Amino acid sequence: MKGKSLVSIDQCSKGDILRILENAGKFEENPNRTLLEGKVAATLFFEPSTRTRLSFETAVNRLGGRVIGFQDASTTSSSKGETLKDTILMVSNYADLIIMRHYLEGAARYASEVTDVPVINAGDGANQHPSQTLLDLYSIQKTQGQLTDLTITIVGDLKYGRTVHSLIVGMSHFNPTFHFIAPEELRMPDEQKNLCDKLGINYTEHTVFTEDIINQSDILYMTRVQRERFTDLEEYERVKNIYILKNDMLKGSRDNLRILHPLPRVNEIAYDVDDNPKAYFIQQAHNGLFTRQAIICEVLGITELI
Amino acid sequence: MSDNKKRELQVAALENGTAIDHIPPEQLFKVAYLLQLEKLVDKTITIGNNFYSKKMGRKGVIKIANKFFGKDEISRIALVAPNVILNEIRDFEVVKKYPVTLPDELVALVKCNNPKCITNNEPMATRFTVLDKEKGTIKCRYCERKINKEDIIIK
Ligand SMILES: [Zn+2]
Repeated sequence: MKGKSLVSIDQCSKGDILRILENAGKFEENPNRTLLEGKVAATLFFEPSTRTRLSFETAVNRLGGRVIGFQDASTTSSSKGETLKDTILMVSNYADLIIMRHYLEGAARYASEVTDVPVINAGDGANQHPSQTLLDLYSIQKTQGQLTDLTITIVGDLKYGRTVHSLIVGMSHFNPTFHFIAPEELRMPDEQKNLCDKLGINYTEHTVFTEDIINQSDILYMTRVQRERFTDLEEYERVKNIYILKNDMLKGSRDNLRILHPLPRVNEIAYDVDDNPKAYFIQQAHNGLFTRQAIICEVLGITELI
Repeated sequence: MSDNKKRELQVAALENGTAIDHIPPEQLFKVAYLLQLEKLVDKTITIGNNFYSKKMGRKGVIKIANKFFGKDEISRIALVAPNVILNEIRDFEVVKKYPVTLPDELVALVKCNNPKCITNNEPMATRFTVLDKEKGTIKCRYCERKINKEDIIIK
């Protein structure tokens, strides 16, 4: 991996991704390994995210390491006006690894520049969240038996959805075919489409979410369509129910189709889908633990998984 | 006097130094600001504006005696004035003449226009990667936002 911190999925080569996923598989077989004995990880959550923090802290604990940190920046010195740099340098005196989430974009990259301690970005505003991408890739590989030559349909907010943009970057090494389904206002930005064009990746854009597209897909990746993203609220009212997945839309789908969602969901997946064996979003979140164990070992340079 | 002769006399001749030519008149003072000319207290500086130009109608010119710029020092002016020509003069002769182009990275020069960017909330230098030197599109190293030339805010 380029650099010893994981800030963005762009820094992972195909080889890096495959190695991390392979190690995640080993942690799924046996998550309890004492690879971090005597090591301290700091989880700095300048913005609360219970889901992500518990996943990372469990990963450290199952590796035999210890955790320090905070989950609410209002109780820390940063609320007294301390700079991010000073907070990071202070924590660097105590920890072997920093796992941080911040509401400001670029915070993790900056932190990785001011300290020699490896930094894992657990989300920086609307920018990057590479452990989410790697757990998505792990879930895809695990359910499909491979990452190559898959048809992936992504539905919802494709304009602001950072997980979606990173998923495209992560999958770009594996010859995917994409279907992008979004309302006009939330279409996939040119930057991502240009990347696909440059790499010769096939994609089709749609505004209507049809069974026909579902039936061609191996992976259906659902995301939230949030009201606050719309400038035109009439447009929101018009489209809000178009991008909801209901169980009867899956009747003609492939046997290997799996439905992913970065969670939390609001109403974009109807509850009658939950009992369908093709619904995978709960297991997907569980895979986050193994993937994060593999990421922690990767940034600390632990290659022998005893 | 002939027109040519008159035009030559508009600006004092330079023995050694740099002449920055073809500056769009409305950008002249921005260029002067970007070059931090106010700090060159021991150099003779001539600034002229609205000279006749065959190519652009009117133009600005800056001449600085006994000063030669490094590439990074000068390339920042391409942000506001993309087609400026730099003349290096030694012994009254133009020894080097080239258009100014953007560098690969802009450090501590541009403000990120994303209010949620760390650079707008922390005392630190901004860093932008220049994606397209012709079009002038840049990308924040931190929040990764792309900024088009017309939206660039100089610090
Ligand atoms: Zn920025």
